[in-house]
Amino acid sequence: MSVTPDLDRRTLLRRAAAAGLLVTPAVGLLSACAGSTPSQNDESAGEKSDDNPFGVQDGSALKVVVFNGGLGDAWAKEDQAIFSAKYPDVTVNMSSTQKIKTEEQPKMATTPSDVVMNAGADMMDISTLVNEGAIEPLDDLLAAPAWDSEGTVADTLLPGTVGDGTYQGKFFVVNVAYTVWGNWYNSVLFDKESWTPPKTFDDFFALAPKIKAKGMAPYVYDAVHGYYPRWALMATVWKSAGKQAVVDIDNLEENAWRAEGVLPALEAWEKLVKDKLLLPGKLDHTQSQQAWLDGKAAFIQVGTWLKNEMAATIPPGFEMKISDYWGLGATDKAPDDVYAGAGEGIVVPAKAPNKAAAKEFLRAVLSKAGSTKFAELTKSLASTKGSGDNVQDAALASANELMKNASSDLISIKLWNFYADLDKESQNLSAELMAGRLTAAQFVDKMQAAADKVANDSSITKQTRDA
Amino acid sequence: MRHGVARFVTGFLALPVGLYLFYVVWPFLQAAGYSLTDWGGYSDRQQFVGLDNYLRLFTDELIRKAFWHNVFFLITVPLFTIALALFLAFLLNVGGREDKAGIRGVFGSGLYKVIFFFPQVLSLVVIAVMWQQIYRADGQGLINGVLMGIGLVDEDDPITFMYDPEPFLGVPAVLWWLLLIAVWSGAGFYMVLFSAAMQSIPKDIYEAAILDGAGRLHTFFRITLPLLRDTVSVAWVYLGFIALDMFALVYIMTPSQGGPNHASEIFASVIHFNAFQKGQFGYACAIAVALAIFTILLAAFQLRITRRERIEY
Repeated sequence: MSVTPDLDRRTLLRRAAAAGLLVTPAVGLLSACAGSTPSQNDESAGEKSDDNPFGVQDGSALKVVVFNGGLGDAWAKEDQAIFSAKYPDVTVNMSSTQKIKTEEQPKMATTPSDVVMNAGADMMDISTLVNEGAIEPLDDLLAAPAWDSEGTVADTLLPGTVGDGTYQGKFFVVNVAYTVWGNWYNSVLFDKESWTPPKTFDDFFALAPKIKAKGMAPYVYDAVHGYYPRWALMATVWKSAGKQAVVDIDNLEENAWRAEGVLPALEAWEKLVKDKLLLPGKLDHTQSQQAWLDGKAAFIQVGTWLKNEMAATIPPGFEMKISDYWGLGATDKAPDDVYAGAGEGIVVPAKAPNKAAAKEFLRAVLSKAGSTKFAELTKSLASTKGSGDNVQDAALASANELMKNASSDLISIKLWNFYADLDKESQNLSAELMAGRLTAAQFVDKMQAAADKVANDSSITKQTRDA
Repeated sequence: MRHGVARFVTGFLALPVGLYLFYVVWPFLQAAGYSLTDWGGYSDRQQFVGLDNYLRLFTDELIRKAFWHNVFFLITVPLFTIALALFLAFLLNVGGREDKAGIRGVFGSGLYKVIFFFPQVLSLVVIAVMWQQIYRADGQGLINGVLMGIGLVDEDDPITFMYDPEPFLGVPAVLWWLLLIAVWSGAGFYMVLFSAAMQSIPKDIYEAAILDGAGRLHTFFRITLPLLRDTVSVAWVYLGFIALDMFALVYIMTPSQGGPNHASEIFASVIHFNAFQKGQFGYACAIAVALAIFTILLAAFQLRITRRERIEY
């Protein structure tokens, strides 16, 4: 036997390279592209009745994946208990994660989980799921009788919930949490200093020097995730320019970003940045929320999951309350529209092995018993009517109050659910505007250019909204 | 007899080669196949589109941006890592005083070796999360906190690290901060590699040089570096691959995975966006295949220009 001659490091490396076997950066991603031949799954529905509208079969198994983010996952276990009480012979396998896309996307084309809560920073792009036919339309769920109250499931939902889950005319996404967005403040502090929460930017700019005099920054925001400030920017745009302007923006109408009222709304934010009313530093969502709890800033804007997310670190004597986003004042076209809607969407994959049980599980999630538990545990409203009626909580009460004074139209923006490109661009530009590197006028120009580019790109499926 | 050996070797190699073909080569081929389709990644529907995805590559502004950012890393990561690793290895092995036992490293070099190698033990994700705290862009960040404490940084104007797209020498600041992490985490391994190579250089060469009156600088550039040429060249190729990757750091540390506003976009982040956010797997595979071809060509080119006779000693 002879030792292979001349096989030094260099030769080995060269041969390996020639064969293309070297670990190149693309390897992980290339492998991720590799799918496999899908297997046809058969419909596993059994006998259907009013009490069992989708024909859940005893002895079947149900796999549920819950997003364990700001709302936690304790509420989902309550829903599991409700479901299992009725179907003791169906095995429910529930898991929770924050990495929805990382864990679920690879399975979508073959054998996905039956119920997937698609939420958080690592969520699967909804319009892609719809375009690819990867998720199941749930219109039959809406038409089914409600779990434990009169009428159909659709009758029990809060306004906006069906619309928020509808794409291309079909209902695909059950958004379980009814979120109200707005500016949060510490009511104990505001009472003590006899400050009133502003209604317009002018009120805020008048109050800001008093806040600064107390050694506090007037405002803090999440500088890491562009979609946080984007909610606030777009809420002001809606209030100032009115609903039709935003519908046109979402529909990629020509020059939609140049409509009357859009630019002044963004200029108010530009002034907030230029006047140095922000807490210095670049914090992420929880860091900025903690800074606000620590009394470093007076206002923070975020949704109603805030209290649950920060529950562990709320200091004693701190009473968080939500107030509406600020408008510009007399020129506003929709000053009383509140940013609210159903979020934290649950989908049923088109290839889910046990769709009947998946839909029945969602019916349990939307039950009166389930949604009451949801509001109790998360301090957020469920997207069903009356979920928060019996919950004693100041933060939740202030959100309820805000909703009572709201006009009939809710602020809702579809742009970022419709197009991944515009999602990325609007996040980036929102962050740039808040960092003071972009003026309001530049923001409008760049968004218009990005929208035009998508409108003219034939490889992107277009979507529209009517209302 | 020869025939028997071949069969013996083949028997041992069959299983690993089979696994390798199935888990590595086959996905490569599949990806190349997908790059010719408009597959979206969530279904089993796809249409053959020929070379459309590859043509699109050349008009994609984001790809162009990512390309230049990767080129920046391709030049700087190997350059700085190898320079630092060589410097450390030289000090640890032959930088110290000479005495009766011959040439040795600086005092305490054993301890330094462990310290410098330490980042190699940590996973890249751990390193990224750790550096997030070091780079935190307010008074609670390690660097900002210290600099504010001694008054070098204004409390109202902290260094923003990952959120700073302002160009420094024509390259966004965020890339320089990422480079610092890459060099810090890579230098230890190459220091050990070069140390091993240096120890195989006979000490009498150094002693002869010192007798002839050569200083440290001379011994390094005239003796050490030329004799390490082979090892350095291999290190350069490896570091080139790392520079073309950089995905973990960009993905974990930068805002919106390639931000702020595309200032740290690299090939891998563009692939990730197209595949997993935009749902254009076909196009993403095309970018990945193009990147793989680019990498292989680069390695071939690099090995070609550094080829020369080996020195025997």
